[in-house]
Amino acid sequence: MKELLWLIVALPFAGSLLLIIFGTRLSRFLCAIIGVGSVSMSAVLTLLVGTDFLCGNPDGKAYVETLWQWMNVNGLSPDVAFHLDTVSLCFIFVITFVGALIHLYSVQFMWKDEGLRRFFIYMNLFVGFMLTLVLADNMLLLYLGWEGVGLCSYLLIGFWYQDPANGYAARKAFIVTRVGDLAMTVGLFVLFLNFHTLNIQVILTAAPGTWPVGSGVALATAFLLLGGALGKSAQLPLQTWLPDAMAGPSPVSALIHSATMVTAGVYLIARTHVLFELAPLAMAVIAFIGALTLLVAGLAALNQHDIKKVLAYSTISQIGYMFLALGVGAWSAAIFHFMIHAFFKALLFLGAGIVIWALDEEHNMFKMGGLWKKLPVTFWTFLIGAASLSALPLITAGFYSKDKILWLSYASDKGSVWLWLAALAGAFLTALYAFRMVFLTFFGEAKKEPGQIPGLLMTIPLFVLAVLSIIGGFIELPGDLGHFTLFSDFIEKTLPVTAIAITGHYTEFALQCISAVVAIAGMLVAYIYYYNKPFPATEPRRNRLQQFLYLGWNFDLLYNTIIVQPIVFLSAIDKNDFIDKCYNGLAALTVQIHSLLSAMQNGMVRRYAVVLAIGAIITLTIIFYL
Amino acid sequence: MNIGIEQGMLLAAVLFLIGLTGLLVRRDIVFMLISVEIMLNAAGLAFIVAGSAWRQADGQVMFLFILTMAATEVAVGLALIIQLFMKLKSVDIDRANTMKG
Repeated sequence: MKELLWLIVALPFAGSLLLIIFGTRLSRFLCAIIGVGSVSMSAVLTLLVGTDFLCGNPDGKAYVETLWQWMNVNGLSPDVAFHLDTVSLCFIFVITFVGALIHLYSVQFMWKDEGLRRFFIYMNLFVGFMLTLVLADNMLLLYLGWEGVGLCSYLLIGFWYQDPANGYAARKAFIVTRVGDLAMTVGLFVLFLNFHTLNIQVILTAAPGTWPVGSGVALATAFLLLGGALGKSAQLPLQTWLPDAMAGPSPVSALIHSATMVTAGVYLIARTHVLFELAPLAMAVIAFIGALTLLVAGLAALNQHDIKKVLAYSTISQIGYMFLALGVGAWSAAIFHFMIHAFFKALLFLGAGIVIWALDEEHNMFKMGGLWKKLPVTFWTFLIGAASLSALPLITAGFYSKDKILWLSYASDKGSVWLWLAALAGAFLTALYAFRMVFLTFFGEAKKEPGQIPGLLMTIPLFVLAVLSIIGGFIELPGDLGHFTLFSDFIEKTLPVTAIAITGHYTEFALQCISAVVAIAGMLVAYIYYYNKPFPATEPRRNRLQQFLYLGWNFDLLYNTIIVQPIVFLSAIDKNDFIDKCYNGLAALTVQIHSLLSAMQNGMVRRYAVVLAIGAIITLTIIFYL
Repeated sequence: MNIGIEQGMLLAAVLFLIGLTGLLVRRDIVFMLISVEIMLNAAGLAFIVAGSAWRQADGQVMFLFILTMAATEVAVGLALIIQLFMKLKSVDIDRANTMKG
């Protein structure tokens, strides 16, 4: 059964190809069946392959499937090969299952859109590239998937391309992530120069013997790879594209810009963890960036009125938690939070999508309200998602995954009390903005009636994700609450165990109590300020600080001033330099000659005859007298 | 009666120039065709005169070729003129100037 691993990747690509070739001749119904079917079959196959992989393989020994040699140029000979271990299994499980649920949801969400076929082409293509990324056996194939998901992200953000603003958002996402990708490309060059291969496992095995801990080249490589991860995962300072990426349809935001693609950076760092362990400074920077990002994005989320923007900043903030975990060496905690976050954030985006869809493209939370009676299924599932996001103690999965990060950010040998405090403040902000969103959207007086009610196709994915957002946490319980470590045992077959500096159940229990109290306090503050309060149905009034936070700390203005404008200025000067003058002059001369010659073609036969006669006379004169 | 080569060539040249002038100044396409015929005959006359001066048959052979060519040229030319007239309702060549550069 393991041999069918290639089919998991091939099926979404095949679905996309089928829709591209035959799509115009198929009915909408068949398009939807192909689009959803291909990813669903991948999901079923993942289950079969995963079971087969785990049975009789207690050590989690990696399974590598080589399909063919991609190329062989001067020592660079990457294969098209897939590497299945416990980490990539966890990722493909989330990608295919959450992906299939979101595809199912999209059928009804996009049914009235004339671009239904195009939508499924892009979505299937995305799933294919994402699976390539996480299963790749070498860095080059990983990079192919990496750029492929970037392309699909661009295509889907600009899905409603008739509006120029969406096209702008799509270009912004592509260009900003490209800044990071450039660093990553250079990182790949450095790796190839040093190891003469791009095979990930070979590099990871060879690196500790080649580079001493903290050496310059190890640091450089780690930072270059980190650059790629920061761009893709929308962390400081390359986070500005993600809030704009909400221009795409809601299922796209759910799948790409929260559950899967943006966590590619987390995957990259976890995959190449050996390189980062050789560069302690890079690890410290990752933890610092994660902590900073989760605070910056959390404060920005608190001041949004667009429901999807809240979720976008929340995604940046939650990925900040994952980076924090990676930075302190809590590998399995980062992957655990990735999985739980994929469940509840996809759920929240799909719920927000239903609200927007039902209220006829209304994004402003202050114009919603009172929806809990009218959209009951959406409300209850959304509530579960928000509770999981805010880490409501004991019952939600988010509590277990976030608590693990909080504990390890303090207790790990690379952790510190400052990182823990930042994460704790972030937890308060998370609970506050999550329940602010719930209270504004679903409670208070109803300002708008839902125009359409979601059917089963939309509510089943919500339901499944809500169940996962609750029970997903019980596969990993902290040391003082049952000490059940199914998930970390599973991941730690591939990734190293976190080195703990501080032990003791009492400390852990005390910190847990503090974080639980903080999360509940955040919800209470939200309840006091936002529950059933009469807000006017407009954009809220903001003072200058709130305006600053609303604009995402004005990073766009900063980048515009220090990067975009100088480049525009330089290129404006550069347009008229000497070399351009030469080429422009050549072009102008050609145009002049053209107009001269075309004036001769005046269509007057007698003129032609005159020219002919004169020409004959001149020719004869030359022949006879010269 | 013997005509010298100079007189013969002069006549051919004068005929050729008359034809050329007609071609350049007339706007009526039928007259232009006639002018072309005159120029062709002038060339033919030059061949005849040269052939008789050097007592060679080649000049007469060339004239036969020119005669054949002139006949086909008139056939094609007249057909073109009829088509042009059907299109323009006129035989003015300057009105057929729609194919400008």
